[in-house]
Amino acid sequence: MTRKQRRGVLIGVGVGVLMVAVALVLFAMRDSIVFFHTPSDLAEKPIAVGQRFRLGGLVAADSVKRGQGTKVEFVVTDTLKTVPVVYEGVLPDLFKEGQGVVTEGRLTDGGTFVADSVLAKHDENYMPPEVAKALEAKGVKLGKGAPHPAEATQ
Amino acid sequence: MTIELGHFALVLALLMAIFQMVVPAYGARIRDPRLMAVAEPAALCQFGLLLVSFLALTIAYVTSDFSVANVANNSHSTKPLLYRISGVWGNHEGSMVLWVLILALFGAAVAAFGRNLPATLKANVLAVQASIAVAFILFIVLTSNPFLRVDPPPADGNGLNPILQDPALAFHPPFLYAGYVGFSIAYSFAVAALIDGRIDAAWARWVRPWTLAAWMCLTIGIAMGSWWAYYELGWGGWWFWDPVENASFMPWLAGTALLHSALVMEKRDALKVWTVLLAILTFSLSLMGTFLVRSGILTSVHAFAVDPKRGVFVLAIMTLFTGGALALFALRARDLRQGGIFAPISREGSLVLNNILLTTACATVFVGTLYPLLLESLTGDKISVGPPYFDWTFGPLMVPLLLALPFGPFLAWKRGDAYAAAQRLAFAAFAAVVVMALGWAFIHRGPVLAPFGLALGVFVMLGSVSDLAWRARFGSVPLGEAWRRLRGLPRSAIGTTLAHFGVGMMVVGVVATSAYREEKILVMKPGEQVSIHGYDITFRGVAPSTGPNYREETGVFDVARGSVPVTRLEPGRRIYDMPPEPTTEAGINAGWRGDLYVVLGDAQAQGGYAVRVYFNPLVRFIWLGAVVMFIAGGVSLSDRRLRVGAPGRAKRIAAAPAE
Repeated sequence: MTRKQRRGVLIGVGVGVLMVAVALVLFAMRDSIVFFHTPSDLAEKPIAVGQRFRLGGLVAADSVKRGQGTKVEFVVTDTLKTVPVVYEGVLPDLFKEGQGVVTEGRLTDGGTFVADSVLAKHDENYMPPEVAKALEAKGVKLGKGAPHPAEATQ
Repeated sequence: MTIELGHFALVLALLMAIFQMVVPAYGARIRDPRLMAVAEPAALCQFGLLLVSFLALTIAYVTSDFSVANVANNSHSTKPLLYRISGVWGNHEGSMVLWVLILALFGAAVAAFGRNLPATLKANVLAVQASIAVAFILFIVLTSNPFLRVDPPPADGNGLNPILQDPALAFHPPFLYAGYVGFSIAYSFAVAALIDGRIDAAWARWVRPWTLAAWMCLTIGIAMGSWWAYYELGWGGWWFWDPVENASFMPWLAGTALLHSALVMEKRDALKVWTVLLAILTFSLSLMGTFLVRSGILTSVHAFAVDPKRGVFVLAIMTLFTGGALALFALRARDLRQGGIFAPISREGSLVLNNILLTTACATVFVGTLYPLLLESLTGDKISVGPPYFDWTFGPLMVPLLLALPFGPFLAWKRGDAYAAAQRLAFAAFAAVVVMALGWAFIHRGPVLAPFGLALGVFVMLGSVSDLAWRARFGSVPLGEAWRRLRGLPRSAIGTTLAHFGVGMMVVGVVATSAYREEKILVMKPGEQVSIHGYDITFRGVAPSTGPNYREETGVFDVARGSVPVTRLEPGRRIYDMPPEPTTEAGINAGWRGDLYVVLGDAQAQGGYAVRVYFNPLVRFIWLGAVVMFIAGGVSLSDRRLRVGAPGRAKRIAAAPAE
């Protein structure tokens, strides 16, 4: 093999791997991306039943109801609109009424959001930045120190 | 008083770094040996000053001096000593001091041990290293000064986030920093070589031990973080593809590629341009990680407090160092003479394939991590890229890498014989096929491809051991003779085998845990029982207890197999005094075959507690694999041929965080 051919093989393998990677990325991007919405977003622009997305806001006061077994019902609000949420599982440590929360799941016909994951963060004052930004965009005044994801492990 | 001393030492270190950046570089330019020689004492002195600065801050933490704003914000007098010390780097400002301390440590180590480096190269390397220090010490002094006082001092501090009060996490940041700050040396060497316009195989031999030392620390640092997440966050997961995890994983992938390409350059004088580029990219990815973590643009457990000024500053540093080095690269790369040619099927060819696959995998992680940020800034749409993305992109790229991995060491330099290599791997391949067949025959759950994944791990483990077995000629000579031969093999060969074996272990652990994990979520009342993977777990009830700075509700679970008692697990829910936050403590029964993992959840309205029970098969293999890789790096560093003063340094770097 000449030097040129050898280089050709190398470049061929490199470009081949790259193309496979691009195809994989495009394919994966189609399915595994989830959008984030607030209850007001849903009121403005309804989302199809069964479409997977993240719903964020505050856990409304006095809305948490523990049902049978590990089933939990609560209401997510951005102080303007609300969405009822059902979740089956163990809630994170910092899940509390009045705290910021991000849930991931799908809407059902009745307008209830069935979540399969609930994220709340380890900080008293914490509000997920998406929630804080979205609430601010809606003109909601946030309390002292609200958008404050002060966390440090690195 | 000590705190002012620390502050003063920090500013002096800045001046010393400026001196170290300017004078030796100028000396190298005009070829004045006296000016070049100042780099050495300057580097040692800069390290000494930063050490004083770091110790002053540590003393403030240990003695709980709340007149220092940083201590008041992040510490508390009731915290155990270990966490008062680890609190130093549990916050943004303090961790930056540790960051520059490690940067200076690497610079000082080059100054102290790099006696046989050519004078101009050494002067340039230390000057470039100092320029990074200048940027980051300026960053500390201007935007994140931990030495500021608060008046009047508060009676007590705000405390350290309780989930960070954990032994694994106390040492996770120092190792992680030693890893990705350590890549700065490879960067400095690359830039110095570009300034010089000269680069050869000797360059690679000097760079490799440093890169290896940094890579070892990064490997163990990431593993510690993963282990911590596993037992502390209470979800039983060990990797979340969280953007900040990715931020440390990308330099690891690029650094691993760099280790392999530097090998080609050292042995065969080829791949020079590529190796220099990789060295620049690896450290640039480290800088990007620092930017992502400290700019507050990420939603993550790891993100530090938001301050736009800091984000912009780090972004500027990142742009300057990445852009500057790449511009220099563009100007000078064509001057670097190309060396040694080789056939596609050869040791070099296999290492090139390794590089192509690792860097492409790194690129897919890069896209998945940064795409949401890009999209949000362009369209305002908020999205998240979840684990499925990484499973679909990173996973498939690892398959050819792992398949090809055992072949590499069997191929000769320049021109290899793939058929002979395949023959020598026959045993490993046969064992792997048996594992796969057994998996398909007897495990009737989990993904169809899982047995293939297990087989791949086994192939890598046995395939890498086969290399040593062939070299020692096990089977064809008497056992004693083979053992003698094995002892006579170079340490670097043993290191290679061990590291690849560790990769195989990790693959087995990852596949087994991801595919065959068992999980039960239920409400249990005292006296009730649940069965998982042959274990019967009886809930006895909940008892309150108190620790040094927390109160705990401890659940008591008796575990038995049939009628034989195995252990008692006591998962808990803690509420810390300051800050008053809850944490979950998982109850784990660790074993070779897998971990039994029990988490106590909320008390339920109708009585009883929510309980999660997992069985994670072979999960220990993931971290054991990382430990094996770490040891492998150490074995390799102790090789005589790499001994350009490397071994002593490596130990010191590894031991530094324990101080």
